[in-house]
Amino acid sequence: MTIIDPTDAVPAPRSGDGDKTSPLLEVRDLHVEFKTREGVVRAVNGVNYSVDSGETLAVLGESGSGKSVTAQAIMGILDMPPASIPKGEIRFFGQDMLKMSGEERRKLRGARIAMIFQDALSSLNPVLSVGFQLGEMFRVHQGLSRKQAKAKAIELMDRVKIPAAAARVNDYPHQFSGGMRQRIMIAMALALEPDLIIADEPTTALDVTVQAQVMDLLAELQREYRMGLILITHDLGVVADVADKIAVMYAGRIVETAPVHELYKRPAHPYTRGLLDSIPRLDLKGQDLYAIKGLPPNLLKVPSGCAFNPRCEKAQDICRTDLPPLVPVTERDGTELPGRASACHFWKETIHG
Amino acid sequence: MGRYVVRRLLQMVPVFIGATLLIFLMVNVMGDPVAGLCGERQCDPATAAQLKREFGLDRPLWQQYATYMGNVFAGNFGTAFNGQPVTELMASAFPVTIRLTVVAVLFEIVIGIVLGVMTGLRRGRPVDTSVLVLTLVVISVPTFVTGLLLQLLLGVKWGWIKPSVSPAAAFGELIVPGLVLASVSLAYVTRLTRTSIAENRRSDYVRTAVAKGLPRHRVVTRHLLRNSLIPVVTFIGTDIGALMGGAIVTERIFNIHGVGYQLYQGILRQNTQTVVGFVTVLVLVFLVANLLVDLLYAVLDPRIRYA
Repeated sequence: MTIIDPTDAVPAPRSGDGDKTSPLLEVRDLHVEFKTREGVVRAVNGVNYSVDSGETLAVLGESGSGKSVTAQAIMGILDMPPASIPKGEIRFFGQDMLKMSGEERRKLRGARIAMIFQDALSSLNPVLSVGFQLGEMFRVHQGLSRKQAKAKAIELMDRVKIPAAAARVNDYPHQFSGGMRQRIMIAMALALEPDLIIADEPTTALDVTVQAQVMDLLAELQREYRMGLILITHDLGVVADVADKIAVMYAGRIVETAPVHELYKRPAHPYTRGLLDSIPRLDLKGQDLYAIKGLPPNLLKVPSGCAFNPRCEKAQDICRTDLPPLVPVTERDGTELPGRASACHFWKETIHG
Repeated sequence: MGRYVVRRLLQMVPVFIGATLLIFLMVNVMGDPVAGLCGERQCDPATAAQLKREFGLDRPLWQQYATYMGNVFAGNFGTAFNGQPVTELMASAFPVTIRLTVVAVLFEIVIGIVLGVMTGLRRGRPVDTSVLVLTLVVISVPTFVTGLLLQLLLGVKWGWIKPSVSPAAAFGELIVPGLVLASVSLAYVTRLTRTSIAENRRSDYVRTAVAKGLPRHRVVTRHLLRNSLIPVVTFIGTDIGALMGGAIVTERIFNIHGVGYQLYQGILRQNTQTVVGFVTVLVLVFLVANLLVDLLYAVLDPRIRYA
């Protein structure tokens, strides 16, 4: 765990290298709940993760695991109420964003932390031209004129490789193909060269060939600007190529963290193992595809103990009573595995057995 | 776009002919137009026949209609039985009603949309509930009740306004009548805007606008309002036609000498030429207003393209 300097009041401007007192973003023990008519939905129950400049963290999980809610809490775009954050810290350059005023947070949004949404067609305003929507970033955050903003918008569209950018700047979102629209979303997030980009399933709505193009573009731009990237996905294939480290979420908690290739080689949590086993593989052609049995838990009534216990093949009595903490994972001989942790009572058996 | 307009204009022709023919027939069924000419007494058959021949009323109905429409397109709407050309009545009545409509539409736009946005953004809160109840009351109470009540209170009891509008019918005098005329539509505009805003507020593009770090007022005006007003504009556009012709009650209450007043007089006195003439113009107003709304729709929503 990195030590945070509490006197570091204002987020420092982006520094490529230089002082590294605190990570770019650090989420600590974050809780998010939604008050609904049926009761309190505990969507996020104590999430910890951190991202550094130039680093890509993939957050993996099924629908309803709390990965998007965590991201929206970081962006500060949760509807509060019904959502509330009873506990936790979200530190950006060491400063807790949850303690900032609404106006301070607004100034960070888009300029320092940007987000790419899943479905670009519905996430772009249908009645405004893409040039207007891109230019708006410069007009609002930098006070540029309409004309300057449009020039910047064309530049951005060129950056994300949209053909004939100057001719298409006045077109509307529905006039672009799915891949081009997602590029526009990326361009919008990139506009002010933020320190951190959160991409919430950026390729889910695209077909496979376009998915690869869009991911490559995102990875390329991230390297170029040395941005931190949080990639939220349920697609293990996407993760392997671009991520540096992975956090697996289940029922609003992180159940395993690991550097990307380690995770694929030796998962330390039965849930991660289940996810990996359910990837179709060429060498197992003709056999039945593995599937994790059961359904993700109802967040109104999370099972006691380990939330995964009703679906886990290795579940014992302790799993139904005691909540496993996220503990560091070590080699058999006790050597530490940097960056690895698992929230399973039987992580030793899972990784080594 | 040009071809679309031409096609729409051509489509108007059968609608126009159908509507005017219906009115023409209905007015003719209403009674013998000559009967009213001789006052209380019954006309003697010779005079009646002579008058009928003079006005062309002895010819078949379709011929009468053709002659009438021919005259209308030459700018001649005939004469009312008091000898005044109908066009003269129109020249005095339409400006008054247009002023009244403008006042009413302004009320709809300003109050309706402001209330709609306020309640749409605060759904379920006390403001929302009270405005919702208020609109329900306005919608359920007939215009003549609201009109007479306001006239009685503001005009007679408290003396804030003159209970009856002068023949000049300046804008200042039309504020209260305009509010009465607008009241029901205003309530609908409020509810329509509220629903539209509340629905779009949860949309993905509004979330994107917030994530871009736009100030709240910009999110609301540029992103939320722009999309939410499309159905409202359509409603207000179609309502203009309805307001112009539907002001009979309001104009009667406040004694405004506009289109509604003239129509009322025309029907009361079996003044065929006046009724048919005014309604013909109203049909045109309605058709043009509808066309303009459809064109405006394409301007507001770029996804709609007319070919």
